[in-house]
Amino acid sequence: MSAEHAANAHEHGHGHGHGDDHIHPAPSNVLTKYIFSTDHKVIGIQFLFSGLLFFVLGGLLAMAVRWQLAWPWSPVPLLSKSLWSDPAFGYRMPPEFYNKLFTMHATIMIFFVIIPLLTGAFGNFLIPLMIGARDMAFPKLNMFSYWAMPFAMIAILYSFYVEGGAPEAGWTSYPILSVAHSSTPGSLNGQTWWLVALLFAGISSLMGSINYITTIIMLRAPGMKMFRMPMSVWALFITAILQAFALPVLTSALVMQLLDRTAGTNFFSPVNWSVANAPPVVGGGQTLMWQHLFWFYSHPAVYIMILPAMGFVSDVIATFSRKPLFGYKPMVFAIAGIAGLGFIVWGHHMFQSGMNPALGATFMLSTMMIALPSAVKVFNWLGTMWGGRLQLTSAMLNAMAFVAMFVIGGLSGIFMAATPVDMHIHDTYFIVAHIHYVLFGGSTFGIFAAIYYWFPKMFGRMMNERWGKIHFFLSFIFFNGTFFLMHIVGMHGMPRRYADFSMFPYLNNPSMRTMNIVMTYSAFALGLSQIPFAINFFYSIVAGPKADANPWKANSLEWATPSPPPHYNFETIPTVFHPAYEYSVPGLVDDYLPQTMPRPAEAGPLDPVMA
Amino acid sequence: MRYWSLLFALAALFCIGAFLYAPFHPDWWLPNSPSEPHHTVSAFGREIDSLFIIILVITGVSFIGTQIALVWVTFRFVDRTDAQGMPVRPATYFHGSQRLEVIWTIIPASILVFIALYQMGTWASIKFRSAAPKVQPLAEVTARQFQWVMRYPGADGRLNTSDDVHLVNDLHFVKGRQALIYLKSTDVLHSFFLPQMRIKQDAVPGLVIPVWFDSDRAGKFDLACAELCGWGHYKMRGNVTVHETQSEFDDWMKRATDAQNVSQLVAVGGPQGEVKPQ
Repeated sequence: MSAEHAANAHEHGHGHGHGDDHIHPAPSNVLTKYIFSTDHKVIGIQFLFSGLLFFVLGGLLAMAVRWQLAWPWSPVPLLSKSLWSDPAFGYRMPPEFYNKLFTMHATIMIFFVIIPLLTGAFGNFLIPLMIGARDMAFPKLNMFSYWAMPFAMIAILYSFYVEGGAPEAGWTSYPILSVAHSSTPGSLNGQTWWLVALLFAGISSLMGSINYITTIIMLRAPGMKMFRMPMSVWALFITAILQAFALPVLTSALVMQLLDRTAGTNFFSPVNWSVANAPPVVGGGQTLMWQHLFWFYSHPAVYIMILPAMGFVSDVIATFSRKPLFGYKPMVFAIAGIAGLGFIVWGHHMFQSGMNPALGATFMLSTMMIALPSAVKVFNWLGTMWGGRLQLTSAMLNAMAFVAMFVIGGLSGIFMAATPVDMHIHDTYFIVAHIHYVLFGGSTFGIFAAIYYWFPKMFGRMMNERWGKIHFFLSFIFFNGTFFLMHIVGMHGMPRRYADFSMFPYLNNPSMRTMNIVMTYSAFALGLSQIPFAINFFYSIVAGPKADANPWKANSLEWATPSPPPHYNFETIPTVFHPAYEYSVPGLVDDYLPQTMPRPAEAGPLDPVMA
Repeated sequence: MRYWSLLFALAALFCIGAFLYAPFHPDWWLPNSPSEPHHTVSAFGREIDSLFIIILVITGVSFIGTQIALVWVTFRFVDRTDAQGMPVRPATYFHGSQRLEVIWTIIPASILVFIALYQMGTWASIKFRSAAPKVQPLAEVTARQFQWVMRYPGADGRLNTSDDVHLVNDLHFVKGRQALIYLKSTDVLHSFFLPQMRIKQDAVPGLVIPVWFDSDRAGKFDLACAELCGWGHYKMRGNVTVHETQSEFDDWMKRATDAQNVSQLVAVGGPQGEVKPQ
């Protein structure tokens, strides 16, 4: 990692003559090495740490939500005195605080945890290593993409402390609740900070996505054809395209809402409109326009939050099945299909919104069709495992949990894609169950799989497998305990975003109460189950056993360089001969064949359609 | 190692069990009257429920199939090593099957297209304005933080006249008749949700949206707000009363009209507008 190493590599690089192989020396200054770093690996790890930190915060907010749902209006132990309310209310949580909790839980988990972890942490860390590049195409832009995030983080955290407190309009921030200052306390000032935070988070994502697209198109190692890239890179590439095309729409919508709130414009307020007896605004805008603009980004954002995890899981499953990925090219086309269809399904969030129902019918058809590539992917994962030699490591178990749980999230999506059925389950806990099966059962188990899998490459040390499996076992059980019953209470009509459902006779019964209490206990246990992970993670960084370059005997390029990789990634830029999934090739001693080694002639040509 | 498959099997059994148990417990199943847990009161509701059950069966079968495959794969193909630490069995080497890809693309695709097309008709009859019943509107329902303001046409059967009856959180209509309301909002978004009739429609500032529904049982039902509307969202509840006959409804309407017209507070009995004979 020192300058002389870099100089050596410099010579090697030119010796091989792979274009302009210029290596900058590693920075020696702590500030430029670890903080304002332009090294994609450091930036990736920065995203990883800040994402995990916010994961804790988002999780704690969810615990408070669950407390209120299980035991409405009973003071939260330890916290209620310091956090809200006053003795006059017996320290009960005010309902507007409950609205803040779920708003901030979703905002933080989506914009500060899942997206930064998937694209920020793993996108940054993996893309150059997996395609055989020395760094990103624009290292400084990459640094800025991380350092836009602290502004977002400060803004979102500061919103708790402004007059009126944190925003209360939900993570979807539908006007007019979010625009009219007098509509709810959180719309006083908190909403403005929410908008600022999302603008910065968006800028961060946008800079990252431009960088990923350019890097993948321009900086692939010799022989790394597009159809030789690992699924992780494909998924991150297509995700970056989604972000680059969808984010400008969200950004403009955020600016419009910001102007509505601060400059007196009326993009989203009807003529002569007044809320809570405040003076009427001039108006002339359209409330539904926000929903169209917001979902034009935020539905693709759902795929931004699942496609990279699908890529990671594909790599993990192939590696630990010791078997080529089943249908590599169909898998790539399936991801592209999800991304393409992802742009024409946003209206399914608006079936009951007052949008023209004929438009709803067309969105129903496109939404149904997007289930197809997802199904194809599931079948291909099962096909990959079929006939393999499954090594059930922590990474593999989490990846298999992804497959099992994503099936539930995908199938429950069919219910709400069907417009008439959506009439009943829209805005109920059925939707909450669906999103958590996709974003926790899918994305989060995918993130866990990726952390267990690439941890040795990131930190040069192994995580403890026993504690990894304990963490997986507990998380998997309590995840289902927390979220599956939400389908049932949702089917029974329990609306989401209710601080207390006991006002309604059809909900106020012992079954609903019991199920909510079971879910809350499971949620607490799910939270506690992350403690072994945290201990394992930090202990292993410091004192885990040293990892060699390729601990999992995997094929892709990141395993062809030491763990952790040197500043310049590769001693010499590797040459690639085949896709990353040549496991158990007949006639070879080893059950893996790195991408840098040619396939033996007796193995015959690769299937041109599948591989 | 192979016993990890049990964990996946148990999770799947838990999920299947919850949905198998649900129809047998009225508080787990779709919301219906406790006395008749398997009878859905509205015509649209019955259509929606049958679609729900069709999708539940299709997704249930797909779910069971994929979970069996996953559990079996985990059990059968787990890596085992002999005394020397060498694998007992090599992994098979193949890259996929074009035939399988085609099969498992076309079959789900046709099922999904079937589901989508099969319910177009129901959707159109519930929401398309051209399908709205040609009846006098029952009421104009205006949502505001945090109440449902109902404006009934009164004796002349026409809205926006001087004899209109104004009530709060009190929706009445007659059994077996299509009820048509005009939905509005005076402040933020709300959503008109009749859980037992499976009706949901957002109330949008600046729009007037017709909503229609019916019930084949008389009785008391709930009206809930399903779109986040502020701190009191959770208590934005309305009472829905379905009258047995038109004359019962007319009686109620007359009492409500009388209650609205009395000038002396003492004459008014309850919030339902019952007038005490003095």
